[in-house]
Amino acid sequence: MKTVEEIKSAIEAAIPGAAVEIVLNPSPSGQHSLRLAPESAYAVAKFLRDDAELKLDFLSNATGVDWPDSLEAVYHLYSVEKKHGPVIIRMKTVNRTDQVELPSLTPIWRSAEFQEREIFDLFGIVFTGHPDLRRLLMWKNFKDHPMRKDYREPDDFEWEPTAHDEVLKRAEAQRSRDQGSEIRDQGPATA
Amino acid sequence: MILGKIKKRPKGWNRPQAVAESGDGELLEVAMGPHHPSTHGVFRMDVALDGERVIKLRPVFGYLHRNHEKIGEGQSYLASMPFTDRLDYMCPLTNNWAYALAVEKLTGQAVPERAEYLRVILGELTRYQNHASSIGFLTQEMGASGTPLMYAFREREKILDLFEELTGARMMVNYMRFGGCRVDASEGWLDRTRKVVAGLGRFTDEFERLLRSNAILMVRTQGVGRLSAELAVNAGVTGPMLRASGVNYDIRKVDGYGIYNRFNFRVPLGDHGDVYDRFMIRLLEMRESIKILEQALKDIPGGPVVDPKAKSRGIRPKSGEAYGRIEAPKGELGFYLISDGGANPYRYRIRPPSLINLTVLEDMCLGSDVADVVLIFGSVDIVLGEVDR
Repeated sequence: MKTVEEIKSAIEAAIPGAAVEIVLNPSPSGQHSLRLAPESAYAVAKFLRDDAELKLDFLSNATGVDWPDSLEAVYHLYSVEKKHGPVIIRMKTVNRTDQVELPSLTPIWRSAEFQEREIFDLFGIVFTGHPDLRRLLMWKNFKDHPMRKDYREPDDFEWEPTAHDEVLKRAEAQRSRDQGSEIRDQGPATA
Repeated sequence: MILGKIKKRPKGWNRPQAVAESGDGELLEVAMGPHHPSTHGVFRMDVALDGERVIKLRPVFGYLHRNHEKIGEGQSYLASMPFTDRLDYMCPLTNNWAYALAVEKLTGQAVPERAEYLRVILGELTRYQNHASSIGFLTQEMGASGTPLMYAFREREKILDLFEELTGARMMVNYMRFGGCRVDASEGWLDRTRKVVAGLGRFTDEFERLLRSNAILMVRTQGVGRLSAELAVNAGVTGPMLRASGVNYDIRKVDGYGIYNRFNFRVPLGDHGDVYDRFMIRLLEMRESIKILEQALKDIPGGPVVDPKAKSRGIRPKSGEAYGRIEAPKGELGFYLISDGGANPYRYRIRPPSLINLTVLEDMCLGSDVADVVLIFGSVDIVLGEVDR
């Protein structure tokens, strides 16, 4: 298995103009990764899949990360044929608000199809070139992206209209009775 | 109108090819689920039918979504351990293991020998009961109402009794810790496990005889729901489904995580990639699991069950990231963690085998009869707790 430095130089030799940056991982896992520029990412990914020595034919995990200044997509690649991996590639968007497009890698690895839909759904990264980019887990008319760090759920999230006003009145009366009584505290009896 | 107008699919070699309509009638659109009994939970398939033939199939997810990953980011590393039990609730111990492995990679934590052996024993028992029940469900869906499933559940119950004795719960076990396991197994527990394992071989033979010679099972499963090896790899399919398509990829062999490289076992492979192969691969893997169990139960050493230097509570890993994966009964289960040095993970991601194995559901179902959709879906072996998270 090649090191990230060797993979970087292999990519740069094969694809002129490809911008690849090594992201070091200081944790004991030692899983370093390669950050690709979105413009050349598709070509680089194709090279990683088809290169005779790397043969990263299996995209295991694709996921998003919400950083303070940008959104990031992370892909974990393995090779079923050569039985090595992981090679980790990542792409960053320009910002978190209006320039959130990244190239979809689904045409290269079908495995990304649902996972990129999930990233789109939960993080709001728009994958250009994805054949079927819809929300995966949240419903169609849902507005926000729940996995973002600044997401706040609306306070009427589970609001349901009550059918009868009198039910509300009874509930209100019960509540005020409860507030006056002594059995409100559910803690263990002391005496 | 559930599906909208049936559009031509975008071109690309790894996308399913459109099936031609016969043109003599209109298409029937059926929403199978979310409460269809064959979906093993709440899951919907929007199917377009031309007569009995499936023209288009669109899976709809999210009925059981509770944003597990968001919950994981809001609490400490240890507090997520019991939550992993709720992912694939048929196999809580392998979920625990995958998560513990990822955190151990992140912190560089070592695991003592005895704990590694216990993990293998529990992991293989989990695999055995998962495969037995999944075969039971499959036969149930073929119309073998109850009997094979109850046989499988009888054996599963013996294994769950062992889990309960060791961990305190049949399914919600919360057993593994970073750097070992929560409690030690007694000699008595190991003896009872040996006794249960000694009986599993006989059950496997009996189960196979009951099912394998059955003409209905053969007709319903052979040649149904084929999946090519090339597409399976490209679509990230893992586990018994991948190996049924003839791809030799078992993470226990490839990564050798834990102590799997010490055991002698084989990786069964299919060559047609149909429903029958998936069913047979699971049966053969049950036999291999027994082999691993016998070796592990013979060799298990004494010693501590958790690394004395390990810290479970309130860990703050150095900033960095780690991806840990194991061969769970349903496929590759991975956890991807990013730490920013705090007490909670900055990013907590679960790579669910069940969801990604469903990527190829439409490819396998196109052109087959609607009755076979139930079988093909059953042969994927999913749990909705993991699909929707």
